[in-house]
Amino acid sequence: MTPAPAEQFALRLHKVSKAFGGVQALNQVDFEVRAGEVHCLAGENGCGKSTLIKVVTGVHQPEQAGLIELFGEAVDRITPVQARQRGVSVIWQDLALFPHMSVAENIAFDDLVGLRPQSVRYREMVERSGEVLSRLGVTMDLAAPLNDLPIAQRQVVAIARALMNDARLIFMDEPTASLTQSETDRLLDIVRKLSAAGVAIVFVSHRLAEVLDIAERVTVVRDGNLVGVYPTEGMTQARLGELMTGHLIEHEVVARDLPDADVVFEAKGLSRQGEFADVSFDIRAGEVLGLTGLIGAGRTELAHVMMGLRPADTGEMRLEGASYRPGSIRDAIKRGLAYVSEDRLSLGLLQKQSIADNTVISILQKLTTATGLISDRDKAATVNHWIRELGVKIGSPEDAISTLSGGNQQKVVLAKWLATEPRLLILDSPTVGVDVGARAGIFRIVRTLAEEGLAILLISDEVTEVMYHSDRILHMADGRIRQTYDPRDITVPQLEERIYA
Amino acid sequence: MRDLLRPYKIELRLAVVLALICIALAVAAPQFATLPNLTSLLNNSAVNLIWAVGLLVVLIAGGIDISFAVASSVVQYIAAKLLISVGGGNWLLGFLFCGSLGILLGLLNAWLIHGFRIISIVVTIATFNAFFGLLMFFSGGRNIYDLPDWWTARIFIFEYENAQGIWSELTLSVAVMIGCVIATWALIQRSNIGRQLYAFGDNPEGARRAGVNIAVMQGVAFGWMGLMAGIAGLCQVNIVKEVVPNALYGRELEVLAAVVLGGARLGGGKGTILGCILGVMFVAITQNGLNLLGVSPFAFQMIIGAAILIAISTSNIDLSLRPRRKEARS
Ligand SMILES: Nc1ncnc2c1ncn2[C@@H]1O[C@H](COP(=O)(O)OP(=O)(O)OP(=O)(O)O)[C@@H](O)[C@H]1O
Ligand SMILES: [Mg+2]
Repeated sequence: MTPAPAEQFALRLHKVSKAFGGVQALNQVDFEVRAGEVHCLAGENGCGKSTLIKVVTGVHQPEQAGLIELFGEAVDRITPVQARQRGVSVIWQDLALFPHMSVAENIAFDDLVGLRPQSVRYREMVERSGEVLSRLGVTMDLAAPLNDLPIAQRQVVAIARALMNDARLIFMDEPTASLTQSETDRLLDIVRKLSAAGVAIVFVSHRLAEVLDIAERVTVVRDGNLVGVYPTEGMTQARLGELMTGHLIEHEVVARDLPDADVVFEAKGLSRQGEFADVSFDIRAGEVLGLTGLIGAGRTELAHVMMGLRPADTGEMRLEGASYRPGSIRDAIKRGLAYVSEDRLSLGLLQKQSIADNTVISILQKLTTATGLISDRDKAATVNHWIRELGVKIGSPEDAISTLSGGNQQKVVLAKWLATEPRLLILDSPTVGVDVGARAGIFRIVRTLAEEGLAILLISDEVTEVMYHSDRILHMADGRIRQTYDPRDITVPQLEERIYA
Repeated sequence: MRDLLRPYKIELRLAVVLALICIALAVAAPQFATLPNLTSLLNNSAVNLIWAVGLLVVLIAGGIDISFAVASSVVQYIAAKLLISVGGGNWLLGFLFCGSLGILLGLLNAWLIHGFRIISIVVTIATFNAFFGLLMFFSGGRNIYDLPDWWTARIFIFEYENAQGIWSELTLSVAVMIGCVIATWALIQRSNIGRQLYAFGDNPEGARRAGVNIAVMQGVAFGWMGLMAGIAGLCQVNIVKEVVPNALYGRELEVLAAVVLGGARLGGGKGTILGCILGVMFVAITQNGLNLLGVSPFAFQMIIGAAILIAISTSNIDLSLRPRRKEARS
């Protein structure tokens, strides 16, 4: 392939580096995106993908010596406003929206940034944000405050915001992590249209199928170092996973029968108005029970009832033979349940607290010594144990959670709950935003925990995930359990067909 | 209509409560709903409301200020000395001196907060003590009586004498208050600077990534607070006709209470002018009503305390662990 002339590149990075204290987040990275290209940036959690985006958009200043070119022009010490003026916009991994502002204000906010005084025209704001949303094929209440929306809709708002300014280069940092299948399809459709119109898109996602589907080329980064640039044509998920992690990740069905194990949890005819109806199932000690179905099938609502976050209308639950009716999440935890929620940003973590404090927050009582104080040694031991077990990539346990990459935050949520040593663990979409290598790591731990006798309910909308990691699969649709499958008797395509039918 | 009112949920509730209190007082205390009482209520609230709108801006930007009332005293004292030294001055010079001195004190807070990354409550408690200590040291606690005539002259923007020969009047301070309220409304609601203040208070990291200049936002928020403190100081002298160094000490908590009652969120990103006005009126009317009913002034403090607890515990439910429903779509 002959090298394209400079102006055909939307973005060129040459030997760009960035360190945070001891962590070298980017190490002499080269990166190129052609105009109109859909280019995927792939790598494990904490490899520096979000940092690269922040360096290009002026949120972080890179170290000297590197070179950044936007649309053929070298840029030095760019600010976020200048980046936007040059036609760069970003869908941030953590959305970076404003929870108390309305949907319209969030979408149109960037126009107001700057110190030159200008008056705010709300009507225009509402019109323009409405237009962008209709381009996305979504109708939404423009006056609703953002924090009244479920996370999937907030993601849509962030997408709309990035499309507002007719950008020529759009970074999308895990835009599909919390979208439903149909929303994802629509977004990918828009990405294709934008690309056809000459807009360059840098797409970050841990859903490798999606990556291979949408991108023309993929740049792989490992530990802040460039691994290489590859065309997606002829690339397989397994190969991409191998490039990202450095070793091959294999999947196989691991289901087994547990005829003698005790039933840990049992639900009989559980219903809740408008959410799910007549749900009955049981989980045995040592069993991983997969629960899948489309988003909106009532899975998360069911988990919330099990955790005492809301009551069931009718039906009964039993825990280790005894009647179980949690009045609050505290009851549920006391009885030995743990819940890794899908919405880690608002429910899972205290962003400003340290990694260590977040890990031990739910087991403070256990770490308290006879003097009533927390034992630093036990705390450090617990924290180090889980960081090692889960392979969390951190600088120091005392750093704030907010300095971790998105996927590593998810691992800390898991660590926090595993530290409570529960008897029934509910994992609700535990791998959203987690890279392939770490997914394998998480499921290795899940398997070990199951073998030690823990009962696990694994909720996921990725069919491969329940297929390769559970002993039994429940398929839920429209609030009802449709069918139970044995992973050994069915294939991934068959199961997908039944779910998406 | 529902759409228009939705962002004002807290304000609406407060307005209803306030209306009920007014009706109750009008029945229980015949003097309450008279023109002389209502105008004096307004005159007495002017300084508080000027402070309150300044504090509102700081709260929206995610900060808090404890030092503003004492800053007003400092401004009064220095302005009095300066004005006397330039031969008396006039209203224009008064606004200029007091305004710029106030802004300077506000910017000092902003600089300490931003430059040294110290949280605002710590900084303003420190400057509160420093301002007050320095003021008492240099003034020796002595009042200033011989102020320029223009400053202590009574100026009315409204006068009315009823059949019994009782006057109802609105003072200049009320006009200044109205000006401050409108200016603050324009700043936070109508200008892009104000919207960036909201954004900064709501999600500082998100605002930074969008390119909002954080240092300038701190400066605008605390500078505006300082400007309002300076103007409030100027007006307060016009009302009491002397400069008393420790006269305003302790007023800050009452104003903070009023602004929080009006729905401004400690932690930033939320608060309206309307709520701010209602909060200040709530505090003023409660105090006035209890006075008229002959209830002990300590009861007032208890009621304000209780009102804050009720208002905050019922309005910030979104901070608690409420599971969100997922959209049922597929
Ligand atoms: N502000 C910061 N302070 C300190 N360390 C940071 C900061 N931001 C990022 N890091 C570190 O830099 C590394 C790269 O982080 P980055 O967020 O770019 O990862 P990522 O590739 O986006 O991962 P993920 O897929 O999990 O989102 C991580 O080790 C992270 O802990
Ligand atoms: Mg990231």
